[in-house]
Amino acid sequence: MTYINKGDKPTKTGFGEGVRDAAMKNKNVIGIGADITASVGMNIFSEAFPERFISLGIAEQNCVATAAGLALSGKIPVFSTYGVFAAHRANDQIRISLCYNNLHAVIGGAHAGVSVGPDGATHQALEDIATMRVLPRMTVISPCDATQARIATEKAILELNGPVYIRFGREPVADFTSENQDFTIGKGQVMRDGDDACIIATGHEVWESLKAAERLEENGLRATVINIHTIKPLDEELLLDVARRFKTIYTVEEHQVTGGLGSAVAEFLSEKMPTRIVRIGVNDRFGESGKAGELMHHFGLDAESIYNKVYSDIIEK
Amino acid sequence: MNLEDKAKHIRTLIIKALAEAGSGHTGGSLDLVDIFTVLYFNHLRYDNKNPKWEDRDRVVLSIGHTAPVLYATLAAAGFLPEEELMTLRKFGSRLQGHPSLDSQLPGVETSAGSLGQGLSISNGMAFAAKFDKKEYRVYCVMGDGEIQEGSVYEAAMAAAYYKLDNVCAILDRNRLQIDGNTENVMALEPLADKWHAFGWNVIEIDGHNHFEIKDALVKAENCKGKPSIIIAHTIMGKGVPEIENNNKWHGKVPTKEQAVEWTK
Repeated sequence: MTYINKGDKPTKTGFGEGVRDAAMKNKNVIGIGADITASVGMNIFSEAFPERFISLGIAEQNCVATAAGLALSGKIPVFSTYGVFAAHRANDQIRISLCYNNLHAVIGGAHAGVSVGPDGATHQALEDIATMRVLPRMTVISPCDATQARIATEKAILELNGPVYIRFGREPVADFTSENQDFTIGKGQVMRDGDDACIIATGHEVWESLKAAERLEENGLRATVINIHTIKPLDEELLLDVARRFKTIYTVEEHQVTGGLGSAVAEFLSEKMPTRIVRIGVNDRFGESGKAGELMHHFGLDAESIYNKVYSDIIEK
Repeated sequence: MNLEDKAKHIRTLIIKALAEAGSGHTGGSLDLVDIFTVLYFNHLRYDNKNPKWEDRDRVVLSIGHTAPVLYATLAAAGFLPEEELMTLRKFGSRLQGHPSLDSQLPGVETSAGSLGQGLSISNGMAFAAKFDKKEYRVYCVMGDGEIQEGSVYEAAMAAAYYKLDNVCAILDRNRLQIDGNTENVMALEPLADKWHAFGWNVIEIDGHNHFEIKDALVKAENCKGKPSIIIAHTIMGKGVPEIENNNKWHGKVPTKEQAVEWTK
């Protein structure tokens, strides 16, 4: 199956559209901003519903605990900032005020991964999946493109009941999934099927993995590519299916290889169906400045790098 | 029972519960008794038969380790049986070491224990009241050591900026924290000036004088356009002369023999 890019679009835009669409359907949706409203896509909501938007300035801890107070009073708060600030600066507030209280609030973590580009290491969220998925009751979603980000965000706001972290990126990236896709939080998507390799990816890496799979196919190897858009709860059924079929699973993420998608897959399969897992991601390093494409290549996260890694691994065996 | 007797009764409940628990925070729990007594028996709107009544006033105990004063007051106010206080901190109890929403104890509005989050939570509740055009008020009880946490000032800025006059912070100014006097550990003064500068209505009272407490709560309620903070000067361990003003009693509990002696 070939996917067509409808035109590059940042996943943050999809997030903002999803918040707006959810707000149209539920009057209890309240947005919270920490100064970088447009930079994280929340302006799409705040322009549509200015009376339901609370600007709290550069004060992430206050934003999260205020969200908790709103949720305790029947509102559905949505707070978005850069993933580094949400998942790290406000981690204690997320842990106690949101998760321990088991409140339905949606935290948007923007600027995920090295594709943030020139801002460099401080602004590139590479550990947020790890610190969010370890929290009891938290749902962690990492949509692959803008369309999916919009659908996932709306569903997370309107259908879930508990704390949610949604991760999205800054750069305009391929927008290739269908408006009418079958999207269920917690259910992975088989993007293409092949018997020679299995690549499990999340976020921007789904598109890169699909491109890598095309190159593998040109070289006689047919790859399955799976989009794990929900890292917690994991689609265990789907993982067991692929673990039965494949000797090796390649995981790809714009995140540290420790604590993220690769770890989650490894933790699960090592207990239920031990399988060799090759984790492609950032290897215990900080990001740096550069153009998004340069950095994706430098860190081995672009299609070419994924192709090289998978191809050479298969050939060596 | 008049307020003085209520307060005495609540102190007795706290001492017995802490002695039975064998761990917990005695000093701060006792010094907040007068404030909680006036709140629950002479001020708040609540329904102990319907603890989630939408229009109830909210009490956010931000200083979570003083949970015993909340539990004992809730028991005295009919939210739970007084005997249940003897399960404090025990396995399976609704009376967790720090307040827990999970335990579904009626009257507990939020989990707390990591300091510095309650004022933000209170703001969130106050925003919701404004959105919903509700009259309820939110009372946030904080400790003085607690307000060394920076996020408190993020919340202080926001409450004033948004004119959350339905928020009333109550600061337990006992001047003691675990390491000693607050002014030696990390000075808070000039305390009233700080909150004035943040745009708050500041009221200073003797936190053990029931008349002053009630008067301050009314003044706070009548102040429109800005949040209020009641700086309540208290004595840690109030009511038990042998432990008053002694920070060693922050996290220490009486023996069962002491409990009998103190509650005679």
